[in-house]
Amino acid sequence: MTASARSQRSAARDYAPAVTGFGMLVAFLLLMELLVQTGLVNRFIVPPPSEIIASFGRVIVEEHVFSRFVLTLTECLTAGVMLTIFGVAGGVIMHRFQLLQQACETWVAAMASAPIVLMYPLFLVIFGRNSWTIIMMGFISALPPVILKTIEGISGTRRVLVNVGRSFNLTGQQQFWKILFPAALPNIFVGIRLGLIFALINIVGVEFLINYGGLGQLINDLAERYDLPGTYAAICFVILVSVLFFMTLEKIERWLRPID
Amino acid sequence: MINQVTLLRVAIILSLLAIWEFLSHSGWLYRDVVPSLLSIGHALLGLLSSPSYYFNLGVTAAEVATALAIGGASGIAFGVVLGANRFLARAYEPYLYYLGPTPKIIFFPILIMWFGVGPESKIALGTLSCFFPVALSVAAGMRAIDKVLIRVGISFRANPWQMAMKIYLPAMRHPIINGIRLGLGVALIGTLLAETKLSNKGIGFLIIQAYSIFDMPRMYAMLIVLFVLAIGANGLVGRLGGLHGIKQQ
Repeated sequence: MTASARSQRSAARDYAPAVTGFGMLVAFLLLMELLVQTGLVNRFIVPPPSEIIASFGRVIVEEHVFSRFVLTLTECLTAGVMLTIFGVAGGVIMHRFQLLQQACETWVAAMASAPIVLMYPLFLVIFGRNSWTIIMMGFISALPPVILKTIEGISGTRRVLVNVGRSFNLTGQQQFWKILFPAALPNIFVGIRLGLIFALINIVGVEFLINYGGLGQLINDLAERYDLPGTYAAICFVILVSVLFFMTLEKIERWLRPID
Repeated sequence: MINQVTLLRVAIILSLLAIWEFLSHSGWLYRDVVPSLLSIGHALLGLLSSPSYYFNLGVTAAEVATALAIGGASGIAFGVVLGANRFLARAYEPYLYYLGPTPKIIFFPILIMWFGVGPESKIALGTLSCFFPVALSVAAGMRAIDKVLIRVGISFRANPWQMAMKIYLPAMRHPIINGIRLGLGVALIGTLLAETKLSNKGIGFLIIQAYSIFDMPRMYAMLIVLFVLAIGANGLVGRLGGLHGIKQQ
């Protein structure tokens, strides 16, 4: 087989899975279009995909999708900054005081699996019906992974590095800033990424529930107006935003720790 | 000789309760947002002795269990298929991976349209939430199975069903349990949030009802019971799977 034929074969093999996956999606949409247009599926429950795609433009322009997106993103980033500061600080303090870590680590892990987002009515009363409720909900639900990953990162520092520090007679502070913290950074970034994802999920969810804010509120609004094509379009849009957010975080994390 | 760790935990709990009681009497926050511990205790007793609470608890538990069963089973099935076949994995797993972190509550209006306002839409949301972590965890677990075990199965000419039942599933006990634990957490959250949004039965409904009449002690009591049950269920699933320590992926 010639080299060009071989490379053509391998290129086809590379793209075949992606094409298959995308092809299935397109086939599914065409099937739905057929089912709705022939009346087998009620068009007031599932609008035809062509109508949904057509309403994208309307939703983007009339519903100020861009400014809503900026609002949700701002809330998420504010929660992210608070997460980084308090989460990493919390992890560092817990690592510094071993007794505290032994006492509280399982509590923090348990909080990670508890339905904290259900306390949103409480936050509504404390912070009022504004962005702060949403930011605080995102912040508190996303705190456990950051703390746990920070502790994991700092305690996982290789013995060799710690011993180097001790052989240079470094003080506790120097040991921390020059050795422990840099060694823990990859794990800390994983924790921050996990935290940001949790924060986004909870922020969009709470926006939907309390009908205030950016993208989450858009879906709630359109659903309550029975604008079904618009609701589906807005949901697609939120999925797109969340996928892009996730991919960006992954790229940043990979850029920050190139060795792994 | 009391353990130092236990002593510290008790001290932390007691100081938190003291701060709470102080806040409740200080008047800094709006009245009743931080009710006194006594009133919360009363509400808790009233809650645990009312049969209607147990009815609603049963409704929510049934919804979560059904969601976990459907979502978990389909997640395991999908995960096994994706993990076994590399082509299918490359075609479809990216969708699972990137759709996983999206907030599933936004699908709720659609699910209400499809399934109605009864428990079915809550179960549907719970299933949707629970499917992704289970499928991803099982797919990853499939790829981590020792190749030797798979070759043993092939050498005995096992058909796909036998391979799944006798080789894949027993070898993947840990990833499956981990996936189900994650799935339980998100199914619980998804079902409860759906109940708070629109329902007339269940714990989520009770919580919103208490909130709407501003019966804060009752709401706190319900949240406390819910948290205890959620954390307990999580720990139970972990113990059953032989995993100690609640570390998440």
